[in-house]
Amino acid sequence: MSTTTTTTTKLVPTDLHFNLGALARIPPGEGKEFEIAGELIAVFRLRDGRVYAVQAKCPHREGALADGITGGGTVVCPMHSFKFDLATGAPLGHDCAALRTYAVSVNAVGEIILQL
Amino acid sequence: MTRKQKLVVIGNGMAGARLVEDIITRGGADQFEFVMFGDEPYGNYNRILLSGVLSGTHQAQDIFINPLAWYETNNVKLHAGARVTSIDRVNKIVIAADGVTTETYDKLVIATGSSAFLPPMEGLRTTTDGFKAGVFVFRTLDDCEAITQYAEGGKRAAVIGGGLLGLEAARGLLNLGAEVHVIHLMPHLMEVQLDAIAGATLRRSMEALGVQVHLNKATTAILGDEHVTGLQFKDGTTLDCEMVVISAGIRPNVQLARDAGLTVERGIVVNDGITCVDDPDVFAVGECAQHNGMVYGLVAPLWEQTAVLADRLTGRKPQAEYKGSKVSTKLKVMGVDLAVMGEKQPRDEHDEEVVYTEPLRGIYKKLIVRNGKLAGAILLGDTAMAPALLQAFDRGVLLPENRAELLFPLTDQVAAKSAAELPDEAQICNCNGIAKGAIVKAAKGGCRSLKALCDATRAGTGCGACKSQVQEIFEAAAGDTIVEDPSIHYYVPGVPLPKPELIAAIKEQELKSVSAVFRVLAVGKEDPASKAGLASLLKTIWHDGYEDERDARFINDRVHANIQKDRTFSVVPRIYGGVTTAAELKRIAEVAERYNVRMVKFTGGQRLDLLGISKEDLPNVWRDLGMPSGHAYTKAFRTCKTCVGTEFCRFGVGDAVALGIAIEKKYQGIEFPHKVKLATTGCPRNCSEATTKDIGAVAIEGGKWEVVIGGAAGSKVRKADLLITVDTHEEVLHYMGRFMQYYREHAKYLERTYDMVERMGIEKLRRVLVDDEEGICARLDAEIEAAVAAYVDPWQEAAQPHHPSQFVNILPKAEADAMLSQISKQPANYGD
Ligand SMILES: Cc1cc2nc3c(=O)[nH]c(=O)nc-3n(C[C@H](O)[C@H](O)[C@H](O)COP(=O)(O)OP(=O)(O)OC[C@H]3O[C@@H](n4cnc5c(N)ncnc54)[C@H](O)[C@@H]3O)c2cc1C
Ligand code: SF4
Ligand code: FES
Repeated sequence: MSTTTTTTTKLVPTDLHFNLGALARIPPGEGKEFEIAGELIAVFRLRDGRVYAVQAKCPHREGALADGITGGGTVVCPMHSFKFDLATGAPLGHDCAALRTYAVSVNAVGEIILQL
Repeated sequence: MTRKQKLVVIGNGMAGARLVEDIITRGGADQFEFVMFGDEPYGNYNRILLSGVLSGTHQAQDIFINPLAWYETNNVKLHAGARVTSIDRVNKIVIAADGVTTETYDKLVIATGSSAFLPPMEGLRTTTDGFKAGVFVFRTLDDCEAITQYAEGGKRAAVIGGGLLGLEAARGLLNLGAEVHVIHLMPHLMEVQLDAIAGATLRRSMEALGVQVHLNKATTAILGDEHVTGLQFKDGTTLDCEMVVISAGIRPNVQLARDAGLTVERGIVVNDGITCVDDPDVFAVGECAQHNGMVYGLVAPLWEQTAVLADRLTGRKPQAEYKGSKVSTKLKVMGVDLAVMGEKQPRDEHDEEVVYTEPLRGIYKKLIVRNGKLAGAILLGDTAMAPALLQAFDRGVLLPENRAELLFPLTDQVAAKSAAELPDEAQICNCNGIAKGAIVKAAKGGCRSLKALCDATRAGTGCGACKSQVQEIFEAAAGDTIVEDPSIHYYVPGVPLPKPELIAAIKEQELKSVSAVFRVLAVGKEDPASKAGLASLLKTIWHDGYEDERDARFINDRVHANIQKDRTFSVVPRIYGGVTTAAELKRIAEVAERYNVRMVKFTGGQRLDLLGISKEDLPNVWRDLGMPSGHAYTKAFRTCKTCVGTEFCRFGVGDAVALGIAIEKKYQGIEFPHKVKLATTGCPRNCSEATTKDIGAVAIEGGKWEVVIGGAAGSKVRKADLLITVDTHEEVLHYMGRFMQYYREHAKYLERTYDMVERMGIEKLRRVLVDDEEGICARLDAEIEAAVAAYVDPWQEAAQPHHPSQFVNILPKAEADAMLSQISKQPANYGD
């Protein structure tokens, strides 16, 4: 269990855009981590084409969410199988804190653009 | 409509939350506005199951009775993580520790439970307020987490207190790999519940489990400057240890009530109406309350209290009264069954004492009979008679003259009939306090499957010990109207088909990828919890012809190594039959040094585990080892242990080494619904423990081999059943392979062989796999041969990764091009 009961806390919106390189570097359906402005962020490339970015470490016990299994817009942490909604970061079926989420999109040449 | 009254509850534990539930089920949501304060930052969880969380049988998230969502759904305002520090009874206000959060009330319930008692001893705390590092109590989920983290890596641990909770803590620590010492002040364990003989019997059982018990020991100091290094006892002796869990009793949390001017003795004093004697608007329930001189430390009395209070508050039964609880408990202490009720010693010479002991099996039964009625009982090691005795105790019935009938079930039928014969008031589920009547009512009132019934009544959803009784009552009550909940037969939760139908549909429609299965058989709904099971099944069906979508695999199967809690991996190379060479050992040693392996460990399966390797290093480690994967990370053929058998042993009657190596070489890495462990043993002395493996071979006199299946020596222990006795190694391999394929086709995902064997029964399996009753043996044999032929050592991906970022955690920001061009050169699927 996390020891806090915070809900989604978005960082203060800024105009910082980061080009994370080609989406193809992430295998379909999987996630990889990026270190951006001192923060570790997991970016997921779902099989249906959607792309999401959330905090890399599970609020439960810091499991690496990028190593989790995705599906139906959710990710299941590889450590103790807690599930989170990737779009909102909301915990699903358990009591952990929600994940921080980040605005992310894919540009015309297939590169991931993350906004902080 | 009149204004809703505001009910404020201090304490969000088992009693507080239960009371609010009880009020809601009595229709009180219209009468009250609910506000709760909880010191712990969670919803309400089942504290009883903390023992399970500590010992690893339960996950923290599974023990919640009321998760946060429950509060929202039921309009209960919860101040989670807010400790109430004062009650102003004049202005009817409670104030939390931050000084800001306050709530007014019309009715106030105090349900603050208790805290661990800390016996006076030196060195408990550091100069600042906290405990010295390594000192713990065992009361909350946070305590559990802290203990688990500290115990990591196998510590020497002492538990102060040999009562129920202390022993539960000891079991947890044992499961966490600690060396465990229990320090007890009294001359025997659990003196509150047990007499001296039962205490001694229990001690032997504990010691057999590996716990060292020290009796008559008063701890005077905890040694160590920064952190715990040992204990000092009054008799001058000491014990070295690195951590200590203090479990020396509990003290009700009453300071708040005392400060508010309420009458407090050991607990907050309440009358038969659960109402504080000084204030008609203030109530106390649970472990913090004292009724008629009694403070209870178990959940059953607390359910009775909340029910009475809810009856009164809602006006359902304004005159309801609590008359105290008869204390009886049925529990497991470190896996040993125990039931106790009433008194534990005869009061005088008129009391009759009936005793049966069987020290070797750890069984002890004692009854105290007074005026022909049961005044008390202790049942240790065998509690089959507990339901009948509890009933006799609760209702004060006259006992049969032949006292033996009370100690032993006369026949199996008598014992089996008992649950259905119990009266409606008899409590069946002790975790949730569900009586038989409620189960019968739910069964008659529309619950048509066991699962629906359990969900609706919560019976059987706690520790699960009562599940079989619940089922029995349900079946008796629901009769012919039972429908089985179909979902319990699904192979994976997200695709609504039992395994045979699922296999048929996959074959018929030629579904070759996990995505295709979701698209065609689950209306396109991807379920992450089903992916790994489907990937395993597709591989079983199509061998190398399946479309390997790597994201469907668990991380271990993406990188062919076992993920550890710090995201490093463990690497176990294959060592066929546990037989290695000096050259191989040197290579392993060099790799361990080169990659700074943090721990090199012999596994239970006769091989070496290299722990603490980063994902990035995995391919290099495999390459340098030059050995095939041991598949220690996945649901597959793991290893075949061997004993030295005829080759060296003077007892051996069969060549267990040669057979074990042949088995492992042939079936290595084959995927299964769950892991499969094997062993061969050169004679029935069973040195390699073949009879508790999923599949085993035991050499017997006359040059024969027994092929056994469905053994277990994990959280469950089961002796394997004999499938067939054969003459040659080839035949052993043959029947093992046939059983493997059958298991691949018939087990649910994550169902171990022993569960399947038990579910189907060995007779049926013999008919199918030996007598070929269904005419499928030839096909099974061909399928397993095809799987063997399709096997490729996954560690070959060291040279040819499946994807350029397969072994990468963090991708660099935008140097995309180099990687991209690599991708286009890769074949889409790395050949299996
Ligand atoms: C490991 C373990 C195993 C157990 N096993 C069994 C068993 O097998 N069978 C059995 O019958 N019983 C068992 N028990 C005992 C059982 O759990 C307790 O009897 C029961 O939890 C008591 O309920 P309660 O609501 O009175 O107290 P609790 O469940 O302790 O709840 C009290 C709550 O109030 C909170 N609180 C306290 N003060 C304040 C304040 N000032 N402001 C806000 N919140 C406050 C506390 O943080 C706590 O969450 C076990 C207990 C433990 C710890
Ligand atoms: S099981 Fe029998 S043959 Fe094998 S080592 Fe033990 S005694 Fe020897
Ligand atoms: S770390 Fe436990 S579920 Fe994520």
